[in-house]
Amino acid sequence: MVITTPDSQGHFDAFGGRYVPEALMAALLQLEEVFEQALTDENFWTELTQLLCDYAGRPTPLTAAAKFSKLCGNARVVLKREDLNHTGSHKINNVLGQALLAKRMGKSRLIAETGAGQHGVATATAAALFGMECCVYMGKVDTERQRLNVARMQLLGAEVVGVESGSATLKDAMNQAMRDWVASVDTTHYLIGTVAGPHPYPKLVREFQRVISAEISQACLAEYGQLPDAVIACVGGGSNAMGSFAEFISNPKVALYGIEAGGAGIETDRHAASICGGSVGVLHGTKTFILQDEDGQTQESHSISAGLDYPGVGPEHAWLATNGLATYEPVTDEAAMEAFKALTQTEGIMPAIESAHALAGAMRIGQRLAVGDPNAQPLIVVTVSGRGDKDVDTACKYFGLSGVPDSFTGGLI
Amino acid sequence: MRLGLSSQVFLAAAAAGRKALVGYYPVGYPNVEASLQVLKTLCGTDEHPGVDLVEVGMPYSDPMMDGSVIQSAGSAALRAGVRTRDVFAAVQQVREAGKCAVVMTYWNLVERYGVRAFARDLANAGGAGVITVDLIPEEASQWFAAADEFGLDRIFLVSPSSSDERLVTTVQACRGWVYATAVMGVTGMRNTAPTLAPQLVSRIRELVPEALIGVGLGVSNGEQAAAVAEYSDAVIVGSALLKPMIAAGSLAGLPDLQKVLDELVAGVRGGTATQNSISMIEREC
Repeated sequence: MVITTPDSQGHFDAFGGRYVPEALMAALLQLEEVFEQALTDENFWTELTQLLCDYAGRPTPLTAAAKFSKLCGNARVVLKREDLNHTGSHKINNVLGQALLAKRMGKSRLIAETGAGQHGVATATAAALFGMECCVYMGKVDTERQRLNVARMQLLGAEVVGVESGSATLKDAMNQAMRDWVASVDTTHYLIGTVAGPHPYPKLVREFQRVISAEISQACLAEYGQLPDAVIACVGGGSNAMGSFAEFISNPKVALYGIEAGGAGIETDRHAASICGGSVGVLHGTKTFILQDEDGQTQESHSISAGLDYPGVGPEHAWLATNGLATYEPVTDEAAMEAFKALTQTEGIMPAIESAHALAGAMRIGQRLAVGDPNAQPLIVVTVSGRGDKDVDTACKYFGLSGVPDSFTGGLI
Repeated sequence: MRLGLSSQVFLAAAAAGRKALVGYYPVGYPNVEASLQVLKTLCGTDEHPGVDLVEVGMPYSDPMMDGSVIQSAGSAALRAGVRTRDVFAAVQQVREAGKCAVVMTYWNLVERYGVRAFARDLANAGGAGVITVDLIPEEASQWFAAADEFGLDRIFLVSPSSSDERLVTTVQACRGWVYATAVMGVTGMRNTAPTLAPQLVSRIRELVPEALIGVGLGVSNGEQAAAVAEYSDAVIVGSALLKPMIAAGSLAGLPDLQKVLDELVAGVRGGTATQNSISMIEREC
């Protein structure tokens, strides 16, 4: 059994930890204490499980993707349908867990950072459900490319603050949320959306996303009589991947693949692949792989997917990569968009562009495995972390669609 | 808490019957050359005593503890090409102007430079130590070793939200003095003197009586400086010194900076600027 729980200070060997201003320590220690209590409190899990079932719609199905599988060598590809969750992505799993913790801590205000807006929408949703105040920080660049989600959050009653500092994307939204939190920590819980940030967030978010791999494990055994041969998920900060991997980390028979956003290619400086194309550093309170220049200044990341456009990655992924317990590969914008189209047109499932990276990874890995062993028919689970509705604008631009009908009929000639 | 090079500045001020003034300025704003000029101004002259201790700030891409003034100056400095190594030239400039310098930085810049190499080059430049904004003692084992090897002060932050237990361990981990953040919030000017600070300072004094305490965050004028000087050992000012430089965008801001500085100097000296204290601050740092 591989021990993946971080040590008491949040270290995964050389990664993780707490690199934060002292002003945040009291809040982090309180959160850690309440979380550790909740971990072993049956009442907490009963309440959370009920919310996940009755409110979020879990368990999410496994969908066999027979036609899409034909693009993936001999692999039998099954999709873990996190896109079918309420609010349209896996983000709700973690948000409901943390909102319950916030309630236990007596906090009445939730703040969050968001890139694509999926985590922001999920947080605004939980705030509405629990009657809490909500403020979401979002890079100005992202508010422009994800306008639909900005409006969704506002409709849910949240305040959305566009962040113009730095590169005006997810990393800057996270800085601004931290600044808010330093000043508001008495009443406010900072609901981090990914397995990054200072301890206890990487562990806490992993535990709230673990339900993904627990369900994969159960459903694969029930439906296929085996565990998957491989699990593939996209990695930005890495929360859906950590959730998809968690139950399998100690099982060497299940190969784990994290797909990073390769942007224009990791040989260029326009990508968001922190593990494949970055180096070890400290960002947002944790030591992990980050994109940085020679001096340690954070470099801007680039990805067609706002949700993967982050120059860091959760410290446990850095640890898994360094120890060979999971394999990380980049997928370019182009390959991701091809996979987006492929899944949409072969299976009638439009994935988020984030998830399309995992699908592109499945196509490549499936084909590669077929070359390695032409007789094998590996069972590969690909996590579809979210649905693609929010990405229609981006996809229209990419594929040159204008929203005009193909032809007209019924008018006067 | 161990005394260190920068403690001498506090002790010298105390010997002169006043509190120390600590001024923050980021190297590289509006550019490296000009920032050296600003640092020289902060160090003062015979007519204008200036600050007692200079905090040379290192601009960082993700300054999560800083308000908009320091953020925007840092971004501009990075755009203008400031490098980590420029901080050593800045420290040297302060030393040549006869004052003591510490560096204030986010930790990744030190990690990337190499913790030991950074300590070595800072000591060679005549720097007294480092204020680590986002490093808590629990993560600082490498820094402890490097600081000890090169005789540098390590100044950690404490906050009004710190528990008694954390106050003790953090203050004990410091060498030189401890940086007490006066408000729950980021850097930046505020209209009233910080209200959480007196209580924080008295808690520290009770728990670690020998501690030397600098109070920062939100001090912007002479009146506030005088109020903070009532109970702290040093008054730390940052954004208020930057603001005139940002307003001008060039060295044309120096006369306005001088006015702010004179007012702050008078504030820590009980309302009237004296002109003879500089010579009293003889120290090795």
